[in-house]
Amino acid sequence: MSQGTETHHFRRLITIWVVLAVALDLVFYFAVGPHVPPGKMTSSASGAQFDFTVLFLIALPVMVAVWVYWAYALIVWRGSRAGAMEPEGGPKARGHLGIQVGWIATTTVIVLGVFIFGTLELIVPAGAGGGEGPTPIWTPTSHDVLPVQVIGQQWAWTYRYPTFGGFESRQLMLPVDTTVEFHVTSLDVIHSFWAYQLGVKADANPSQDNIAFTTTEQLGQFTVRCSELCGLWHGAMYNFGRVVSKAQFFVWAQSTQRQSAVNTKLLPPFSYTYVPDANGADGGLYPDNVDPYSKVQQYGATSPSK
Amino acid sequence: MALDMRESIGADFSGDTAPPGPRVRRLPKWLGPHLGRALVGAVGGYALGHFLGNSIASGYENVQGNGQNDVATVLALSIGVVGWLVGAGMLDYPVAKIFGREPLPPTPSKSWTRYFGPALDHKIIGLQYTVVVLLFFFTGGLLAMAIRTELLSPTNHLLGPGTYISVVSEHGTIMMMMASSIVIGPLGNWLVPLMIGSRRMAFPRVESFSLWIFAAGYLVILTALPLGGFPTGWTGYAPLQTQATAGMDAYLVGFAVIGIGMICAGFNLLATIINYRAPGMTWDRVPIFVWSVLATGALLTLATPTLVAAGLFGVLDRTAQTAFYVNEHGGSSFLWENLFWFFGHPEVYIMALPGFGIVAEIMPVFTRKPLFGYRIAAAGMIGVSLLSFFVWQHHLFQSGINPDMRPLFMLTTELISIPTGFIFLNTMGTLWKAKIRYEVPMLFALAMSFNFLIGGISGVFLSDVPVDVTVHGGFFVLAHFHYTIMGGLVFAFFGGLYFWLPKMTGKTMSERLGKWHFWTMFIFFNFTFFPLFLVGLLGQPRRVFEYAQNLQTLNDISSVSAFCLGASFIIFVVNFVWSMFIDPKPASRNPWNSRGLEWQTPMPVPPYNFTRIPVVLADPYHYGQADAREVADLGPRTLALTGAVASEAPSAVGSHETTGEEGSGDPRPPIA
Repeated sequence: MSQGTETHHFRRLITIWVVLAVALDLVFYFAVGPHVPPGKMTSSASGAQFDFTVLFLIALPVMVAVWVYWAYALIVWRGSRAGAMEPEGGPKARGHLGIQVGWIATTTVIVLGVFIFGTLELIVPAGAGGGEGPTPIWTPTSHDVLPVQVIGQQWAWTYRYPTFGGFESRQLMLPVDTTVEFHVTSLDVIHSFWAYQLGVKADANPSQDNIAFTTTEQLGQFTVRCSELCGLWHGAMYNFGRVVSKAQFFVWAQSTQRQSAVNTKLLPPFSYTYVPDANGADGGLYPDNVDPYSKVQQYGATSPSK
Repeated sequence: MALDMRESIGADFSGDTAPPGPRVRRLPKWLGPHLGRALVGAVGGYALGHFLGNSIASGYENVQGNGQNDVATVLALSIGVVGWLVGAGMLDYPVAKIFGREPLPPTPSKSWTRYFGPALDHKIIGLQYTVVVLLFFFTGGLLAMAIRTELLSPTNHLLGPGTYISVVSEHGTIMMMMASSIVIGPLGNWLVPLMIGSRRMAFPRVESFSLWIFAAGYLVILTALPLGGFPTGWTGYAPLQTQATAGMDAYLVGFAVIGIGMICAGFNLLATIINYRAPGMTWDRVPIFVWSVLATGALLTLATPTLVAAGLFGVLDRTAQTAFYVNEHGGSSFLWENLFWFFGHPEVYIMALPGFGIVAEIMPVFTRKPLFGYRIAAAGMIGVSLLSFFVWQHHLFQSGINPDMRPLFMLTTELISIPTGFIFLNTMGTLWKAKIRYEVPMLFALAMSFNFLIGGISGVFLSDVPVDVTVHGGFFVLAHFHYTIMGGLVFAFFGGLYFWLPKMTGKTMSERLGKWHFWTMFIFFNFTFFPLFLVGLLGQPRRVFEYAQNLQTLNDISSVSAFCLGASFIIFVVNFVWSMFIDPKPASRNPWNSRGLEWQTPMPVPPYNFTRIPVVLADPYHYGQADAREVADLGPRTLALTGAVASEAPSAVGSHETTGEEGSGDPRPPIA
């Protein structure tokens, strides 16, 4: 075998590679693809699922190419085998212009392709569920946006609904088929708001309003975890949220707004960021509303949108 | 070769001639600089610093009511490090120079005690580094076992959240500190002068200093545990850093101390490679490992100062109540994130590049072929080191940075996979129609390539911002960087150790135990970290002590494999101790039949490496060529040296023992 010509080896390698790569890609696409996390609960979740699948379909043939080559080389050209050829030294073994240029060209094309794909997938779905900072530049086209403020503090998540009188809840309820605008901020250290099934992640920074968008598409329960180390109980900083129908959401939001009106009065007035009273004695909070991102937010303050 | 090399013989540091000027009284040996004195100095310095801190800032607490004076802690650790360095004799030379005195030359010593004191021979320092990085590595490894034990169950806790966070942070920090020098320290210092045909490093005293301050960093970071630990992980993010207790001071001082060591090691290697190459060692003949060290040295020198500065800001925030990282007072927590990762990402390549170098160095020897695409390998390493300065914000994709920066950093991050891919082209091209010998170093080199492929490809997923929304800050990242650092660098390091230890110590390692070590490490490494990719995709964030019930099976597979992975290093330790001390078998001069210049030197390598500065005639990769030239003209072997070579067989006690008995111990030819 080792006496074979170069074309002989090449042809055999390419055949094995094509067969394996196509087979594995098909298996992945049909068997694994639909189950790739984080699911399809929101636009950003299914976007992440689609991107992961596409990247994996590209990565798999690359990995298979390298593995097939290694396996072939390690078996065919092992030195202990009887009659193993003395390898060929000299300038020919030191580099082959065509192969090197081809390698660089191929990797460059793949990398640029992956970059263009990733950028489109980031810009078109309005930031793909990632935190865009206080001044987002890729925003959803919908004018029917529900703003929700996510407040991280050691070691709990709370949520304020500014279009419902700014009440604060420990439950994250979202209406289905709605674009949600998360305003993520923190009262103490850096946390990271990771709504796993929603495909949303944005760091909660003190004194900063970090905005992320997503559109809910399926009903169900989701987990919110903190994914940035925030101290002692970081591992226990999680709770659950639900995506419910629009009607259910309005019933919940309006009743909660009524029930917690007494408490809402005691809270600092709604603001996109809060400053802990570091110098005061009572450890209170002040609004720190410095020129926030101002999109039209008229999400059904009084009535459900149809 | 009629070159007159007498002028380039280099500075005399053997101390066998008395310095000019008045004779100076020498301290008795037990009072001279050595490890014991360094420890006494460290303890004394710690006590002095603590006293000073309590005197100048009596009653100051960064965290109210916790009884820890942070000024005292910072001063205690800093002055403790100075005491350690004084004890190790690191300041003797500069202090003597400041006072206009001619410094004492180090006492020439042939006994084993020279491994416990300051040395100027890069080979002794390389072995000292080996021991220190292994100490680092095994300490961090034990902490990893503790982490995996805690994660055996999602709800039953062995450590509790406080201890767990301290253990996680300590593990991460120790491993990162270790990994910054794991190859550069032991193999870089030991091999680079030999590979480029130099008699020494450019700055031998700085080299020794970098070792001793690196070891001091180990002690400083260990003090974090008795001080109460720190809760921030190795990244030390700022508001949490500001509110942490005194263990945080150990982290900040420790990283600054390690950072100084890294800068010193880096520019020393740079200066050596650029200026101390032997005649004929042109840039296209420099071994590829030296290219990787050159690229790494540049990163160490240019990236680490940012870390030291960032750490200083943190120390000031915690002691002098400045507000660099305090948002409410005009600082910014983003400042730390950016400064830290501006160092932190080049640091990642500080850890990857020397591994590439080792693999590219090992492959040609065991395939008996020249390295495929030498120039492209060198270009790849330089390309990686340049690009690595322009990718740091990919750690901050979801942090709320300016959003239009993200496509740019996605592009640079993905571009870096092109030069990284060159190393795969090199190894694959070298394997083409080769004659592959499966010996232990080669197995490690192949395993490094296998692991790094998985680590590298998973990095592309992380660089893609939409996918990063899911995988950022979870176990996917953790699995990714364990595949690149542990699977890449650490595998390459152990491959390098099995490859070069016979040269470094003059003793052969057991091949059977080596293969056992390899297979257990390789299999259990993959069983430990591959499930963690899935765990991360299924939604487990990093650094948590509680996780979802449905992830227990995957976590348990990982934990049990991690214990076996830990056990595989026992095989290495047994192999090391057995072959070095209990039943040493002398190694031959060039057991792998390599063409590298370092293998052409006599065994054991004499204190000055080369009788005469060699004249390099060819690059070291002319395998498979009958008419290949000698790699270098080493000059006539002097009688003293021939004697040393002949007597290598019975020498089983120490590596450099024999040279002292043959001739004068100085292999240089007399200068006419």
